[in-house]
Amino acid sequence: MTTTIMPAKPANTNLVGLTKIDYKGLPSTLCSGCGHDSIASQIIAVSYDLSLPPHRVAKFSGIGCSSKSPAYFLGRSHGLNGTHGRMPSLATGATTVNKDLIAVGVSGDGDTGSIGLGQFKHMLRRNVNMVYIIENNGVYGLTKGQFSATADLGQTLKYAGTNELPPIDLCLEAIIGDCGFVGRSFAGDPRQVQALLKAAFSYNGTAVLDIISPCVTFNNGEASTKSYAWGKDHDAPLHDITFVPAAEEITVEYEEGTVKEVQLHDGSLIRLKKLERDYDPTDRAAAIALLEKAKAEKLFMTGLIYYNGSRPTLTEHENLVDTPLAFLPPEKIRPPREALDRINAEFM
Amino acid sequence: MSVTEAKASSSGVTERRELINDFSITVATVNGSGSQTANNTLIRAIHKMGVPVSGKNLFPSNIQGLPTWFTIRVSKDGYIARRERAEILVAMNKATIAEDIQKLESGGVCLHPLEEPLPVQREDVTTYAMPVLDLSKKSGADAKLRPYVANMVYVGTLAFVLGIELDEIEQAITFHFSGKKKPIDMNVGVVRAAFDWAAHNVTKTDNFRVERMDKTAGTFLVDGNTAGALGALFGGITFAAWYPITPATSLADALNEYLPRLRREPDGKATYSIVQAEDELAAIGMVIGAGWAGARAMTSTSGPGLSLMAEFAGFAYFAEIPAVIWDIQRMGPSTGLPTRVSQGDVLAAYTLSHGDTRHICLLPGTMGEAFEFGNTAFDLAERLQTLVIVLSDLDLGMNLWPSEPFAYPAKPLDRGKVLTTEDLTRLKGQWKRYADVDSDGVGWRTWPGTDHPMAAYFARGTGHNEAAGYSERPEDWQKNLERLARKHEYARTIVPPPVIDARDGAEVGIISYGSNDPAIREARDRLAKQGTQTSYLRLRALPLEHTLVEFIKRHTRLYVIENNFDGQMHSLIQNHAPEHAARLVSIAKCDGLPFSARWVTERLMEQER
Repeated sequence: MTTTIMPAKPANTNLVGLTKIDYKGLPSTLCSGCGHDSIASQIIAVSYDLSLPPHRVAKFSGIGCSSKSPAYFLGRSHGLNGTHGRMPSLATGATTVNKDLIAVGVSGDGDTGSIGLGQFKHMLRRNVNMVYIIENNGVYGLTKGQFSATADLGQTLKYAGTNELPPIDLCLEAIIGDCGFVGRSFAGDPRQVQALLKAAFSYNGTAVLDIISPCVTFNNGEASTKSYAWGKDHDAPLHDITFVPAAEEITVEYEEGTVKEVQLHDGSLIRLKKLERDYDPTDRAAAIALLEKAKAEKLFMTGLIYYNGSRPTLTEHENLVDTPLAFLPPEKIRPPREALDRINAEFM
Repeated sequence: MSVTEAKASSSGVTERRELINDFSITVATVNGSGSQTANNTLIRAIHKMGVPVSGKNLFPSNIQGLPTWFTIRVSKDGYIARRERAEILVAMNKATIAEDIQKLESGGVCLHPLEEPLPVQREDVTTYAMPVLDLSKKSGADAKLRPYVANMVYVGTLAFVLGIELDEIEQAITFHFSGKKKPIDMNVGVVRAAFDWAAHNVTKTDNFRVERMDKTAGTFLVDGNTAGALGALFGGITFAAWYPITPATSLADALNEYLPRLRREPDGKATYSIVQAEDELAAIGMVIGAGWAGARAMTSTSGPGLSLMAEFAGFAYFAEIPAVIWDIQRMGPSTGLPTRVSQGDVLAAYTLSHGDTRHICLLPGTMGEAFEFGNTAFDLAERLQTLVIVLSDLDLGMNLWPSEPFAYPAKPLDRGKVLTTEDLTRLKGQWKRYADVDSDGVGWRTWPGTDHPMAAYFARGTGHNEAAGYSERPEDWQKNLERLARKHEYARTIVPPPVIDARDGAEVGIISYGSNDPAIREARDRLAKQGTQTSYLRLRALPLEHTLVEFIKRHTRLYVIENNFDGQMHSLIQNHAPEHAARLVSIAKCDGLPFSARWVTERLMEQER
């Protein structure tokens, strides 16, 4: 028998030799108890667990409380805090010229549902390879409490009065927009947020996570569907979701018909264990019907709502060279003198 | 009738009209009728006969049915500015024919379809009626194609009347259709038929002629959008995002034409990416994202698109991200007059966005410069880590201009101050993104993907300190703005300097820029003939710099000539040289047309009197 002696992995480090602290950011300046801070913690945990190399991660955000949060995680990663609602275009440009980047965007419901709705839809249409998180609290926090486009019809807030317009369901918009990875979760359910985030990082294309993230200052009343209390009482997971990394051996056996597995691009698996209902996230019509029903009946369905791994990403469409465009040496990006001589001759 | 007499113009300026190689042809058509091919054929053929020629298209914002005028100027002296009147009219549009014939110079020639009798007769004009319908029917072209080949009837007739060599016309048609036999044969067939018809039926009574010269050897005709796109290509562009807008679209078209040819690896993989964005906000966002990530990225647009890019322009300025915008200027209002030229974006571009922004603007005035600035813009954007706006315009961008062959960039790409993994290791990770370590106002940056624990920084447009940390401290922001001001001062020293043509003893100094150049050069010759010597400074960039001030000091009377209503550059120069402000006279107009030498001469002489 031969024994392979593996070098001992230092305690509390991951596959790239980093500790969890290496994935932290600056201290948050958001309100104490803000759902966004909880999500930032899950991003840190997940990045550590997945052993993401921090230098390859690029963080994008627009404007709003949510968009401040990339400063509070992954301090070793480049961040680009852009303009209100226009983060998708920044990420599109950056990920196109460096397709090795692991892009994560953090947005809010104002950012995505109002000023940035157009860019959101076109990012989905192009299938930009990134994790796109919406920290959805139904309210504009930084400007002190106006309704956002995801606020409930008939809801009353101290500053804004009564909301007379129906909400936009951003998961529904994503599915209609041909997004192939659409999840909904609740900042008060870290386990589910982590599982969805891990799967999102492994997805090849735009992965949208609409995470209800309560605003403790402006929209946390019990009657608000964006509050902690409502979330805790109404969270109805579609399935018990587990992420199984590519390298991990499958050991547990499940009773037939109780587990559905979705294989991701990189060989990892999303394991969906059946709860009360049968739900197939690869059925687009069923996903749309589910969201319509949830909207009509004010149900809070969470989990992986829709999955389709078949669409090529923007950079795959573009058929780019292997080296990221940004790193190409001068001789690759400036054609030789003879090429210009030929062009000049053609004009003659 | 004699047409060689000297003629007094309204200004009392005496013009002597030559009949050989010195006249203009206006082709009046309905847009959408495919006359561009015919007009380009004429221009190319004349150019190939060694005769200096240029073309300007005055076209409507419409796909089909509105009047359009194409002016071809033949000038043995090499003048290429627009002329206000033409000697030869090809009247193919019955809707404008009455007006068009009135504008014809006395002694001129009018060619019109036999089927469209002239509504107005002018005793002082020679007319030739062409059997357009008959010849296009006989061409064998499908009914659908007949209106297009009909234009070749005037090409063939003009070839006979003016003596344009048929051989050159055939070669121009072959060039236009890239050697495709079927359209070449059909169009050449119509040209020949029209030429033969004219040879047998036209008794030439006018004296206009094109005669072979040798003044165009080694030059070609090209438009500025193509030149700019090629410049960007040889400047190492790796990313372009754009949204369709007249008159900028053909710049993106040229990128789409040439990048696949020149920037694909043998396995077909691309070293570039072009994205048609959903709007201009997204186009500039993508460009800035790409620039932040280390690519040479640009977008092309016109005034309305530039307005939409305003917020992101400020973001790029304060986050200090390289980006290039080509603004092919058109007339002002958001939706109006998209097919008319203007230089009305100067102030808007220079200070685009909110909060003390000042952008580098490049002002190409020739095809060679459009090419050169295509790559200079990237060098400056990366060297200065900022937005660079190239202010071209519709006249430069879409009309055919003579050009020397494009010159291969003399200097290697300047990627600016970028710290690599090795640099960071050497620095033991000690660096601050916005620290002015070189006293030129420009910090060092890193690209995402740089493998070092200290490589990353957080880029934001909002308040930050030297270390790119969030800061709302007044002293931090004040310090930042002071550094940006230093950077702007540094920029003054490295942007393309003005081109100066000084004449000894000249008291008059002309200052202008961009597409006004041909009209000003011609006007200076006219002024010199009248005894007014002028020096000429052509600006090529903003911010303004010291040689401009020296030029102002050396001249007694100064005229800033530009194609906008308010004299925008004039006001910038007054601000730059306040002690000389009173001596700076603005000569400005904004009617949607390129300048003519006559207009420039007359306005300047009005001031001189």
